[in-house]
Amino acid sequence: MTTMTFGRAITAGLRRAMEDDPKVILMGEDIGKLGGVFRITDGLQKDFGPHRVLDSPLAESGILGTAVGMAYRGYRPVVEIQFDGFIYPAFDQIVSQVAKLHYRTQGAVRMPLTIRVPFGGGIGSPEHHSESPEAYFTHTSGLRVVSVSNPQDAYTMIQQAIASDDPVMYFEPKRRYHVKGEVDEGMTGPSSDMGRAQVVSEGTDVTLVTYGPLVPTARDAAVAASDEDISIEVIDLRSLAPIDFATIEASVRKTGRLVITHEAAQSGGLGAEIAASITERCFDVLEHAPVRITGFDVPYPYSKLEFHHLPDLDRILDGVDRVLRRPNSLSALTGEGAAR
Amino acid sequence: MAQDDTPRGPETGSGAILPGPPHDGADDPVQLIDQHGVRRPHGHYDELITDVDGAALRKLYEDMVVVRRIDAEATALQRQGELALWPPLLGQEAAQIGSGRALREDDFVFSSYRENAVAYCRGVDLTDLLRVWRGNASSGWDPYSINMATPQVIIGAQTLHATGYAMGILQDGADSVAVTYFGDGATSQGDVNEAMVFAASYQAPVIFFCQNNQWAISEPVGLQAHVPIARRAPGFGIPSVRVDGNDVLACLAVTREALARARSGGGPTFIEAVTYRMGPHTTADDPKRYRDANELEDWTARDPLARVATLLDSLGLLDADYTDSVKATADAIAAELRQGCLSMPEPEPLDVFKHVYSAPNSWLDRQQDHYERYLASFAEASQEGSR
Repeated sequence: MTTMTFGRAITAGLRRAMEDDPKVILMGEDIGKLGGVFRITDGLQKDFGPHRVLDSPLAESGILGTAVGMAYRGYRPVVEIQFDGFIYPAFDQIVSQVAKLHYRTQGAVRMPLTIRVPFGGGIGSPEHHSESPEAYFTHTSGLRVVSVSNPQDAYTMIQQAIASDDPVMYFEPKRRYHVKGEVDEGMTGPSSDMGRAQVVSEGTDVTLVTYGPLVPTARDAAVAASDEDISIEVIDLRSLAPIDFATIEASVRKTGRLVITHEAAQSGGLGAEIAASITERCFDVLEHAPVRITGFDVPYPYSKLEFHHLPDLDRILDGVDRVLRRPNSLSALTGEGAAR
Repeated sequence: MAQDDTPRGPETGSGAILPGPPHDGADDPVQLIDQHGVRRPHGHYDELITDVDGAALRKLYEDMVVVRRIDAEATALQRQGELALWPPLLGQEAAQIGSGRALREDDFVFSSYRENAVAYCRGVDLTDLLRVWRGNASSGWDPYSINMATPQVIIGAQTLHATGYAMGILQDGADSVAVTYFGDGATSQGDVNEAMVFAASYQAPVIFFCQNNQWAISEPVGLQAHVPIARRAPGFGIPSVRVDGNDVLACLAVTREALARARSGGGPTFIEAVTYRMGPHTTADDPKRYRDANELEDWTARDPLARVATLLDSLGLLDADYTDSVKATADAIAAELRQGCLSMPEPEPLDVFKHVYSAPNSWLDRQQDHYERYLASFAEASQEGSR
C-alpha cells in the first residue's frame, strides 16, 4: 500500500501501462515538459522519451484524428483533453470515427484509445473549464465511459482503460486531484473491474447513486443522514457506459428508494437513464419515484454561482427526504412530508 | 486562337511561386501527355517514369478502361435497383490509377468514397466494392487485407487518420507511406488543415492527394478556394505540386516523387490533381441543375482515356487484338462485379448487434437478448397459428 494523491495515482497508472506495453503512447497538449496543466503526465516524457509522450499541436480534432491513425497502425494511444470544455472540436472524430470504426469494419480495426478528460466544476475556473459532458458520450454506442472517484480506482482503472480493446473515455474529477488515499499497486480481480459499480457505504433506507467528484459528497451525506437514523447506501457507478444496473437493482430491491446525483445538467442526462432503467426493472419494489439531484439545465455558471449549481450535501439530503416523504423543500408543492 | 488544354483552377492574378518540386510555373499543372495524346517531354518528371515502356503504358490504359467499366456497371446496378447509391468516378480514372499504381503494397491508403479505382489498384475483391452501396455492410473489406481503409464519408476526416498512421510509421522506423485521398471540397474542412499542421510538425510520411474535380456536389471549387489549392500547402511548410489529373503518366510521376520524398525522411507532400467529375456527385444527384453543359464538353475533350489511346495509337500499340482484349477483360470484370452484387448474402437480423464492442457489453447484450425474444415470439405465434 502506498499513500498518494488522486493525480499521482493516475500518473503511476500511466507509467505502469507504458512500462507494460511499448505500444502505449501519450498524446495531448502540454503533456511533455510541462507534464500537462494538471501535471498528470509529469516526468513521463523525460523517462519514456518524446516519441512516447507527444506534445500535440493545439487542435483537439487533430489529436483525436491522428490517434485514430496511430491505433490503425497498432498503437494504443492515451489522449489527454486539457479541459472538459475543450473536447467539442474533437467530438466528430470521437463520435463518427473512434466509436464506430470497430463496427464499421466488422471488427477488423480496433480502436483501443483512452481519452482522459479532466471534468467537473468546483475549482473557480472561467467558462469552458468546469463542464460535465459525459452524457454526450454515454449516448454514443461504441464507447465505454468511466469515471473515477478515488486514488485506488484512478490507478487501476486507467490501466484497465488502456488495456481495453474498445475506446474508453476516462473522466477525472479535477477538483479531487489532490485528495489522498491508499493505493494497492498489486490490486487485480473482478472487484476492481472498471465495468462494475461499487457499494462504497452500505445502507438500508435509500440508494444514493453517483460517480466521480460527488462520491465523497455522497459519503458525507450518508454519514450526516445516519445522525438522524437514516441509512443510505452509496453506490459509485465507476462505469457510466455501460452502467452496472445489476448492482443498483440489488440495492434498490433492498431499499425501495433511489436518489441519483451528478454535476451534469439534468434533462436527458445519466440520472434520467438510471431512473428510467431502474423503474423498468424495480417498479414493483419502489416506495417512491426516483429523485434526481443534479446541476441545472444552464451553461456552467460563473464561479461565484457555481456552488448553487453543483449538488452539495444539503441538496442531496433534501432529495433523500423527498424519497422518504419527510419534510423537504418541495413539500408545499407535492404535499409529501408536509406538516399535518 | 490556340486551344488551351491546361486545366485551370480559379484565376488569382498573383504570381506567387511554390516551393517544392520544380515544374513549369507555379500554377501550371505538370503534364506529360497532353489532351491530344502527345507526349510532352519534361525536364524533371521524365526521369521518374523511365521504366514506363509501351507495355506499361498499355497496362495503365487497360486499368483505366477497366475501372471506367466497373463504374458504368455499378451505375447501371444502381439504376436497376440493385444498389441504393453509387458515387461515380467517371473522369477521374487517371488521377486514381496514376497515383494508385505508384504505391507499394506496404503503403496504406485512407480515402474518401470515390476512390474505387484506387481500391482496384490495391487488389480489392470486386464484390467488396459494392457491399456498402447495396446496404449489406457498413464497410466492404478488412482494411488490413489490402492496406486501404474503407471509404470515409465524413469529409476530410481520413486525412488525420493518414497523418496519425504516418506518425506510427515514423515510430516504427519503417519506410512505408500513408496516402490520403480527398476532394476540393474537403480542403475547406478543419480536419484537412489540422492534418497538414500535424504532418508538417512531425514530418510524417504522408501524401495529401487532392483530386480537385471542380465540384463539391453543386459548389464550384471557387467557393472553397480563392487560389489554386496546391498553393495552400506551402503555408503549412509542405511542398506541393499541381498535376494534370487527367494525365495518368503525370499522376504516376508526381506520386512517385512524393513517395520517394516520404520514404527518405523528407516528410509530407501535397498533390493537387486537377481533374473533373464528369458524372453526378452520386447517382442521387442531378448536375444539370447547377452546371453548364458546355463545361462537360470542354472536359470531355480532355478525357483521361482518350489521350492515352491516341498516344498508344501513335506508337503503333493500339491494334485491334489489344483493344479487343482490353474490352474483353473489362467486360469480364463487369460481369464478375454484377454476379458478386446479385449473389451477395443478406445480413442476419442479429448482425445489427455485432462488432459494436470487442468484448461483452451489458447494455447491448440485454437489448440483443430482448430482441431475440421478440423475434422468437413471431415464430411461436406462427407455430400456434398453424395448429
